[in-house]
Amino acid sequence: MTVELIAGAIKAILMILIGLNLAIFLLYFERKGSALIQDRIGSNRATITGLGKRLGMPNLGIINTLIADPVKLFTKEDFVPDGADKFLHTLAPFLALFPVMITFVIIPFGDTISIAGHKIDLQATNLNAGALYLLATLGLGVYGVAIAGWASNNRWALLGGIRATAQMISYELAMGLAIVSVIMTFGTLNLQEIVRGQGGVWFGFLPRWGIFTQPLAFILFLVAGVAESKRVPFDLPESESELILGYFTEYSGGKQAVFMLTDLAEQALVAMLLTTFFLGGWQIPWLMRDGFHLPGGAFLAVPALAVSLLGIVAFLVKVLALCIFLGLVRWTLPRFRYDQLMRLGWKGLVPLGLFNVLVTAFVVVATGSVQ
Amino acid sequence: MPPFLYLFLGALAIVSALGVVIQRNPIHSLLSLISTLMIIAILFIGEDAVVVGFLQIIVYAGAIMVLFLFVIWLLNLQAESGPTGHIVLKIFGSLAAAALATELFLFLAAPHLQVKRFHEPAGYGSLESLAGKLFTDYLVAFEVTSVLLLAAVVGAVALARRIPNAAGEGSSDPRAAGAIRAAEASPRVQR
Repeated sequence: MTVELIAGAIKAILMILIGLNLAIFLLYFERKGSALIQDRIGSNRATITGLGKRLGMPNLGIINTLIADPVKLFTKEDFVPDGADKFLHTLAPFLALFPVMITFVIIPFGDTISIAGHKIDLQATNLNAGALYLLATLGLGVYGVAIAGWASNNRWALLGGIRATAQMISYELAMGLAIVSVIMTFGTLNLQEIVRGQGGVWFGFLPRWGIFTQPLAFILFLVAGVAESKRVPFDLPESESELILGYFTEYSGGKQAVFMLTDLAEQALVAMLLTTFFLGGWQIPWLMRDGFHLPGGAFLAVPALAVSLLGIVAFLVKVLALCIFLGLVRWTLPRFRYDQLMRLGWKGLVPLGLFNVLVTAFVVVATGSVQ
Repeated sequence: MPPFLYLFLGALAIVSALGVVIQRNPIHSLLSLISTLMIIAILFIGEDAVVVGFLQIIVYAGAIMVLFLFVIWLLNLQAESGPTGHIVLKIFGSLAAAALATELFLFLAAPHLQVKRFHEPAGYGSLESLAGKLFTDYLVAFEVTSVLLLAAVVGAVALARRIPNAAGEGSSDPRAAGAIRAAEASPRVQR
């Protein structure tokens, strides 16, 4: 009992740390990756005693991201505008961050691992209704943004808040429909079971990943996920050319940092969810419990513990690759217009999602893959 | 769920429910309402009704309360500066509150009321049991409800639909388009 409790606490903290570190990685990518894409040099000023320069290394901007920016943000004046609702103004960033942070705990990052006789499921909380929990926490993400926009007593902030709210509840629907078709395919709401259901191969070589069973749902989830995390091309709530900074115009210092962190952590969360639902989670193609069964009949034995650890590595690699992909999307596409955004959500994604659910239902019933 | 946790959450729910009524600012009231709904959802989950708890969060806290927020914004409700309302309203309100309090007191103080621990069967409140009930015992009611909701959705879309008019511009109200045409035809409009 106590072992399980300690293991659960460690897993939950580990998962949240992974999420936060991915957010920092995304922030770094936003500095240097965008510079790479736009043929700039990017952040290259901050240094400690010029050590790297003396050694002849290029400045990678790591000190900018890890030390200079956070120190700057957290030592700035925490400004609350005149006439703002002080309590809600302070509460809003945490209201935005909290649902994202508590969603990390249901992501399975590895198979069951046995250490010293204890079987440990590599998932912080193995909820039977995991997908419902996911939808519940995603639904609560709206309030932080909406309240931030309202409590700032600023018309740009309020406009940003309203845009964000409308956008998030619209795209939640498409996301929910994508999740529904995945649930119908695997016949369970448990995220760990969904990942287990993606093991094995078709035709001897194709992994049974969600992206191959539900390609349309993958695209729907990807688009809706980017829209949920309010990143370009769906960053209308904070479009700087129209609304200054949208719903967090009136935030400064640490509170603004929390909002930025929320956006980045949400992006990391989307990458994790895409991995879990569509890229096989911790599954490695052709790797069974005893070793690699390569297509063509070749077999390579791998010890059981190594299989589990390889699974964790595979999960992290997939998530990191998706994070980089999402970063590339951010620096490639221009922003939508608001009516285009709404049209895409309601006339594009939602009917496609409904169609996908219908087709999935027919296939599931016709093939009799559900009891 | 241990009793002390149940009592703590119950007290919290009552405090935030009081917050809905007492606070002057409609947004503060709304947030209190959301927190009340959340605490009730946690109570559901603690008592093994996991699916009902999560559905409560998804549907009420996550969706309907957002609509409330939009309505408050649209009506531009401001914080009330002081007690308002007609004297008759106040008298009837007090009477109703007193009646409700008496009723609750009489019900809870009744000697026949005994708290019985209900031992639920395994899997009670899970998604499987809920879905099993919905698709066997209550299939007709379930389908009728979904048809009703579908009718409401179709009705809402039909009401909000833009009617294309002769001018070729989408407008929600044909009379408005007519007014625009009249204004364009009027000689006083300078171009």
